[in-house]
Amino acid sequence: MSDDRHPLFMPLVGVGGLIFGFGLAISEMARPEVVLSFLQLSDLGLLFVMGGAAAVTGMLFAILPRTDRRAPLTGRAYARRLKTMDNNVVYGGAIFGVGWGLSGICPGAAYASLGIGNWPILWGVAGMFVGAYVQGYVRSRPTDAGGDVTAAD
Amino acid sequence: MSALATVVAELFPNGIAHYAVGGVLIGVGVAVIYLGTGISPGASTFLESTLSYVSTRERFAQQRFLASRDWRIVFTVGIVVGAAVYAIAFQGGAWITEVQPWRLFAGGVLIGIGTRLGKGCTSGHGVCGVGSRSGTSILNVAIFMAVAIGVAQLLLAIGVTP
Repeated sequence: MSDDRHPLFMPLVGVGGLIFGFGLAISEMARPEVVLSFLQLSDLGLLFVMGGAAAVTGMLFAILPRTDRRAPLTGRAYARRLKTMDNNVVYGGAIFGVGWGLSGICPGAAYASLGIGNWPILWGVAGMFVGAYVQGYVRSRPTDAGGDVTAAD
Repeated sequence: MSALATVVAELFPNGIAHYAVGGVLIGVGVAVIYLGTGISPGASTFLESTLSYVSTRERFAQQRFLASRDWRIVFTVGIVVGAAVYAIAFQGGAWITEVQPWRLFAGGVLIGIGTRLGKGCTSGHGVCGVGSRSGTSILNVAIFMAVAIGVAQLLLAIGVTP
């Protein structure tokens, strides 16, 4: 939709997604059983998935925002990913936690799960769209004057 | 020494190598996009930004969703294809879960609500937010991790399997 986007913007996002999905598949986080065995504390290997990923992003976010460089494809300043704190962060985290513990899936891992041939995950993805729609529908009511304003991510 | 080795083998019965390699690659995927664009991609915003194609409700029609919905589809398709490349090259065909559909669907609904209310998921808060040392993200991750462990233990205790 933006005609002024750099021609490499979409290819780069696609390549990033490829690597991200490949990593989710190797780590087996794309398998609900593996996530559930972590949550049941019988295999704590998932700590290394989240730790390995956060170590890489931790280096990025520690270094780049301190420079005055800008992203070559968008001209955006490098910023850390910061969201405002409110009660929704707590309630949302708790509701997500119930869903994660019930199913062993989360959004990124569910997309990757489809890639490894796990077609029943479509039940989970369909559920996510239903949930996202329901919360958006309710929060769009005129009485919901506040809405929420967060920085784009 | 052997006692330590026994504990490690119990906590990590499948080793740690593929977990760590996969985790680093997830981080590299985020890094590629961040370095090029300055965007910290999360996986759950795709749900709402894609709903903006079919709903004009004010929540979905936000500028930040309208402006990002096309590349978020590309990011998601990339995730699916990247995992498929792994499956074709190393997995030897499709892998199918035995977790019951009702658990996937009901879990999915709660995930759709919770991640959007809570402003992120395992990638947005867990990978990008924790990597940013964001207090909001660290709190959100601590909550969903603790609750998920509790729920999974409860289901195990009452015999819901798989």
